[in-house]
Amino acid sequence: MVENVKELLKAHEGLKREVYLDNENSSMVPKEVIETMLPYYSQRGYGNPTLTHKPGWEAFEVIMESAQKIAGFLGCKSVEEVNFTPGETEANNLALMGTTLGMRDKGKKIVISEVEPINVLHVTDMLKKYGFTTTKIPVNNEGFINLEKLKEAIDKETVLVSLSTVNHEIGTIQPIKEALEIVKDKNRQAIFHTDASDTYGKADLNLNDLGVDLATVSSYKILGPRGIGALYVREGVNVERILEGQIGTQKLWPGVENTPLIVGFTKASELMFQNFEENVAHMRRLRDKLIDGIFGTISDVKLNGPKGEKRVSDNVNISFLRCEGEALTIELSLGGVYVSSGSACSRRLLQPSHVLVAIGRKFDEAHGSILMKVTRYHTDEDINYVLEKIPKAVERIRGITGSTGVE
Amino acid sequence: MSRAPLPYNPKVLELFRNPKNLGKMEDATVVAVAGNPLCGDMITFYLKITDQDVIEKASFESYGCAANIATSSVVTEMIKGMKIQDAWKIFWKSVAEAVGGLPSVKFHCGILAVGALKRAIRKYYQDKNVAPSWLEKEPTFEEKQALEEEQLADMLAKRMKKEGTQ
Repeated sequence: MVENVKELLKAHEGLKREVYLDNENSSMVPKEVIETMLPYYSQRGYGNPTLTHKPGWEAFEVIMESAQKIAGFLGCKSVEEVNFTPGETEANNLALMGTTLGMRDKGKKIVISEVEPINVLHVTDMLKKYGFTTTKIPVNNEGFINLEKLKEAIDKETVLVSLSTVNHEIGTIQPIKEALEIVKDKNRQAIFHTDASDTYGKADLNLNDLGVDLATVSSYKILGPRGIGALYVREGVNVERILEGQIGTQKLWPGVENTPLIVGFTKASELMFQNFEENVAHMRRLRDKLIDGIFGTISDVKLNGPKGEKRVSDNVNISFLRCEGEALTIELSLGGVYVSSGSACSRRLLQPSHVLVAIGRKFDEAHGSILMKVTRYHTDEDINYVLEKIPKAVERIRGITGSTGVE
Repeated sequence: MSRAPLPYNPKVLELFRNPKNLGKMEDATVVAVAGNPLCGDMITFYLKITDQDVIEKASFESYGCAANIATSSVVTEMIKGMKIQDAWKIFWKSVAEAVGGLPSVKFHCGILAVGALKRAIRKYYQDKNVAPSWLEKEPTFEEKQALEEEQLADMLAKRMKKEGTQ
């Protein structure tokens, strides 16, 4: 298998430019972020932050300062509200399990939407074993949650609501404040969690003003290192640990803190927020350049998710009809453009992206979808290069499709 | 999102980049389809068959992934110049071997390609209203699998649609 990969990589030799747009699934870490992390592996702060020696105190100092900075960016009331976890998956697991499992006597109903991340869907599936039932709120064809259905779904038995602030696949900015008010009007006790991983650093977010109980943020989604994220827990909200072990500075996650990753996450946040308006405007401009460029040169394409202000600044998701997505990702990769697809092709399940199906895309439309996320590091030249490669790739794959499947 | 790692081998990559016998055949004797755009995998085979029941030429079109394209291409190569009776004996595993092996999640691509071929052969004799003794009456493994995949995709699509409108 590894031999095959070596050959695949060889096929990429000689590319004159490479543009990485698969920032949904992982990201590259900028040099300036890595440089701030490196000293914490071997020069300072490499100690355990709970122990009484210099390298430990150095670690303690930088972890506390990092939490303070991230609390500031998130709009927290206090630093205590920031809880580092090993990432978005873990933060969402903690949010969902850490609240519901301790509240089984208060009610057993959970409410999410049809377009939540896979980890939220899987945790709610797992919670069935403990007697919980989950209602999935439908969305319209742009991915906005149906607030009427949300209202109907909430009752006195509802213990937890989890709705993403921005959809991770199609970039829909949800009316989360309205959703929160609807939930709290009907049941003040219900805990409201939002996965804000695709909002943090990409759209306006102030957790204290928003008033949610729990929120997830992730480092790699803002070009920080993988393996670190945080769960915001509003003061007074009770969350129980889901893993047990030695507790250090993080009361909700046991084990020795990964100081360099926390430092990297914080640096990535600083870079994202130091020119926030400018960064967002830059991403938005490149996003629209990419969308308009594709619509201007290729026929039979569909934008997944809303246009304009209600779409998050970095997200582009387009379905290319009569063009199978996995084939397209390989073709683009060979041309130095790295993207992902909502196609079901690499699974035996035959099911494409649940988000695209939820917004009413037909299976064949979902199989031909490509997801791209621009960053502040992308340039006009990068986007021009992508816009030169995509039409050629689509044309070649459509040539293979020919009349197959055309009704 | 699709996440399974797919270390395609060089043969699959080569056939993906330069597929053989690609495209619609205007003078085909028989055309057959397997798969379904709903499952993201669909193959059309075009065969030109002589009066002596020899496959003179074969071509394909494919709505599918790299493995789908590669296996279809390899089947058209394998059967060119073959007697139909011999083409009927092709088992999907020999197709998978011919492309240098497939990741397990992609076995169904090889099965689908052979399923399309066997459907084409069956259709050819149905059109001629002839039933050679060697042609099994029961569907072969590949035909069964192709049908199953098509039905499963249809069922899932219907179920998703129903859930979506609730």
